[in-house]
Amino acid sequence: MTTPRTLFEKVWDTHQVVAEKADAPAVLYIDLHLVHEVTSPQAFDELRRRELRVRRPDRTLATLDHSTPTLPAAADGTRPYVTPQAEAQVRTLESNCAAFGVELHGWDSDARGIVHVIGPELGATQPGMTIVCGDSHTATHGAFGALAFGIGTTEVGHVLATQCLLQRKPKTFAIHVDNALPADVSAKDLVLHVIATIGVGGGTGHVLEFRGPAIEALSMEERMTVCNMAIEAGARAGMIAPDQTTFDWLKNRPRAPQGDAWNRAVAHWQTLKSDDGARYDREVRIDAATVCPTVTYGTHPGMAAAMDAPVPAAANAQEARALEYMQVRAGKAMAGMPVDVVFVGSCTNSRLPDLRAAAEVLRGRSVAEGVRMLVVPGSESVRRAAEAEGLHEVFTAAGAEWRVPGCSMCIAMNGDLAQPGQLVVSTSNRNFEGRQGKGARTVLASPATAAASAVAGRIADPRTLMNEEQAA
Amino acid sequence: MKPLTRIRSRTAVLAHANIDTDRIIPARFLTTTERTGLGRHAFEDWRYRADGSDDPDFELNRPEARGCRILVAGRNFGCGSSREHAPWALLDFGIQAVLSSEIADIFRSNALKNGLLAVVVSEAEHRWLLDHPGVELSIDVAGSFIELPDGGRFAFELDGFARHCLLQGVDQLGFIRQHADAIDAYEQRVEQAA
Repeated sequence: MTTPRTLFEKVWDTHQVVAEKADAPAVLYIDLHLVHEVTSPQAFDELRRRELRVRRPDRTLATLDHSTPTLPAAADGTRPYVTPQAEAQVRTLESNCAAFGVELHGWDSDARGIVHVIGPELGATQPGMTIVCGDSHTATHGAFGALAFGIGTTEVGHVLATQCLLQRKPKTFAIHVDNALPADVSAKDLVLHVIATIGVGGGTGHVLEFRGPAIEALSMEERMTVCNMAIEAGARAGMIAPDQTTFDWLKNRPRAPQGDAWNRAVAHWQTLKSDDGARYDREVRIDAATVCPTVTYGTHPGMAAAMDAPVPAAANAQEARALEYMQVRAGKAMAGMPVDVVFVGSCTNSRLPDLRAAAEVLRGRSVAEGVRMLVVPGSESVRRAAEAEGLHEVFTAAGAEWRVPGCSMCIAMNGDLAQPGQLVVSTSNRNFEGRQGKGARTVLASPATAAASAVAGRIADPRTLMNEEQAA
Repeated sequence: MKPLTRIRSRTAVLAHANIDTDRIIPARFLTTTERTGLGRHAFEDWRYRADGSDDPDFELNRPEARGCRILVAGRNFGCGSSREHAPWALLDFGIQAVLSSEIADIFRSNALKNGLLAVVVSEAEHRWLLDHPGVELSIDVAGSFIELPDGGRFAFELDGFARHCLLQGVDQLGFIRQHADAIDAYEQRVEQAA
């Protein structure tokens, strides 16, 4: 009998071109390479310097998302880039893709969007694949049972030129999530809870596998939210075994296999789960039933707690500094804290169900006076679907801004940012000091919590907001 | 990449835990299409006051930290994004080695590929280094140890391949390309199976 293997090991084993040795890492084959404007220009330059071509343009897919403005183009087609340098960076990717024969979902594509939103939408992301991108949130694609991780620009060059990477085998870490999430508690609340439990560096050196009944019950969009933030616990990647939910979501997407090839693919994908008795290097159990609407209170994603629980006392000087930066008092709950800006978007929470969750809270209500709210769909496809349902009208009627797809205020390098001292309730993934603008204070939250906070003008529990008004 | 065998320098200490890549190089400087010139923006939001002058309270602005090429940093250094701009900025700023009790995976990988030595030391050694800013160290890459002024040594683990690449200045893209036949064979095998 063969040794039971984890999902990660099955994907790793089939992609070793040259097996790992004591004195050399594995040469690992990469099935899909996603490219964007920020981390690729120096890599294309390296190819030019060495007179190399892109080995597999058919396994390479590019988009524009990080540096792109989210305000629409003017009547003459000019776009409001934050700086000429941002525009030059976009133009550089356009010319690199043209020169090297790489498919680019640029301004003229109806599939353009955040790289981790469009990969799955196009069906380019598939179970059992190895997927990389010069972006740490590549972990998102692990929701499909792919081994997906972020790489640096030097490695982007390696993959462009050889379709391979030098990699040491990471360790495995099972996150068993028992029971079920309570109604109206989201996948975002769950993943913040997981990171608070294992710590911001708790996953370093490991690939996380999220498993158990609470995970199996999640939609694909929710699974993407969970895997997206694996990196926020320091993990290389997060993975979830593919199942019928996965197959139903992928079927008939443009790049998914069709006809007989689809049936063969599904038969293979069904084998991609951890065997009974497979060993993990680490394991932890989480009870989903105990998860509440959760927000961050500090300056890294591990500093998270239920919004109505008292903020824990600082354990050390760094945590004390973080609380001071956030203007948060230990012992007091985050709920009720005044809000300046609300951002719904990013590769964590910009898909159609995320926008529906925010719209459900905003429908018939208004963004509180003095609060600015931005809603930024993850892709052109999400934007069209949301507009077909009239969600954009719900947002604009409530006083929120409905924008063009992009990374927007998650990375704040494109003109969308908060002012010093402002408190942002954000559905994105990082609450680092200055991440959303110098001096800006970020509170990570689910789309429903973000919308409820926009209405209340304070950090608010969406369940309370909805119930109070029903009772009134 | 130039071969790296030994780094001798006094240390500068940034004791904060979880110094993320947005701290090291804020995203607004990532619109560059070059690798060079990022050093003046390293730690930008800690380093400068609103008027653009150096903030004297920032540890690396202190006179005794000037010119230090070894940075001792708090636990989980380099967490966050995959931006290689972080090691580029540190190298351009003059840092050649980062020592911590924990270093984020992607940052560490990016650093080593650029000849920035990212080294994990034990908790006790880390404590000692944090408590002794400005100590003169000599880091021996081949021997994988840090030599202290009194002759004492802190051994560290460095992946054998990474060490070889640092010492020889190995071109890793060239190394992968030596396996071109294996890559061809792999692709043929996969495409036949499909």
